Amino acid sequence: MEVVQVGKLQELLNSFADKDVYLHLETTNGAYASHFDETVFNAGAFIRNIVVKYELGKVAGDSPHRVGLKLPHGWVYAQGITHYELDEYGRLLMAGHDQSGKLAVALQISETPFTY
Amino acid sequence: MTLAQERHVLVVFPHPDDEAFGVSGTISMYIKQGIPVTYACLTLGEMGRNLGNPPFATRESLPHIRKQELLASAQAMGLTDLRMMGLRDKTVEFEDDEEMVQMMTKLIEETNPSLIITFYPNYAVHPDHEATARAVVRAVRRMEETLRPKLYAVAFANNTKDELGEPDVIHDIQEVRDQKMGAMRAHISQTAWMLAEMDKRLAAGEPETENWFTYERFFNYRWHEDFEDSF
Repeated sequence: MEVVQVGKLQELLNSFADKDVYLHLETTNGAYASHFDETVFNAGAFIRNIVVKYELGKVAGDSPHRVGLKLPHGWVYAQGITHYELDEYGRLLMAGHDQSGKLAVALQISETPFTY
Repeated sequence: MTLAQERHVLVVFPHPDDEAFGVSGTISMYIKQGIPVTYACLTLGEMGRNLGNPPFATRESLPHIRKQELLASAQAMGLTDLRMMGLRDKTVEFEDDEEMVQMMTKLIEETNPSLIITFYPNYAVHPDHEATARAVVRAVRRMEETLRPKLYAVAFANNTKDELGEPDVIHDIQEVRDQKMGAMRAHISQTAWMLAEMDKRLAAGEPETENWFTYERFFNYRWHEDFEDSF
């Protein structure tokens, strides 16, 4: 993955617009967050291989960026995106990695289902 | 130290690196003593968060990396019967509970172990650990009491010492340090920061006996204080 370049990522988001695409979205602070610090309220969400068709995808703000997808009847967004790549299978992988190298958020878009 | 003779040892954990810190020395000791060991690993740790910054892996490439690491860890321990059970990281607790018990029962029937090693229910922190532990305990509970294998459980929740006290099974694993280091290094994508922590603590004067290369500790599962009445 490489650090987000807004122009390039925007182009990639545009290329998936108006198509049925499979979506992976997760936010996490780790299963051990409240084990290491009992004051942490551990919350996260995960969704994988949900099909959506967005009419507008936009990357916003300075790093860590926000990425939002406008759907005919709703929205998808992720906050904290730092890195991206178009992988060898043509899937657009976006992720937010904190200073210690731990993933905090991921938003991925693909024309084929993500494996399992 | 020579560990007590076993017919077969079955190890059940949900994540590829779960064996590394607490059990890889024990596994290596059994193998060295010629005792067959089966390690059933339920997931490929697909949801691991250590992906680096700059990233060395993506959410999608991580399971491939961790599968290779698991194979390398097995090799470091000398383990030949490694079973990857095909579940997905972080979803084990959402699987059908009865199917989970069946999975464990099948493993037990196939390997006929005299000892099973897994996590201790309610003291295992990660939801996948807890779900794995529950399924194993339930499968063993269904066996006739006289036929049940021994059950060593790993507990590391913050309330473990207060509620369970001290572990009653302690293995001196110093003679298989190299194998254990090999297993821990095999999972380098996940263990790098913990190994760095250990080096720091050793440098700060922590006695070696505290670290992972001297002792591994387990609790005999307490059937008289079973975590539930029945399932």
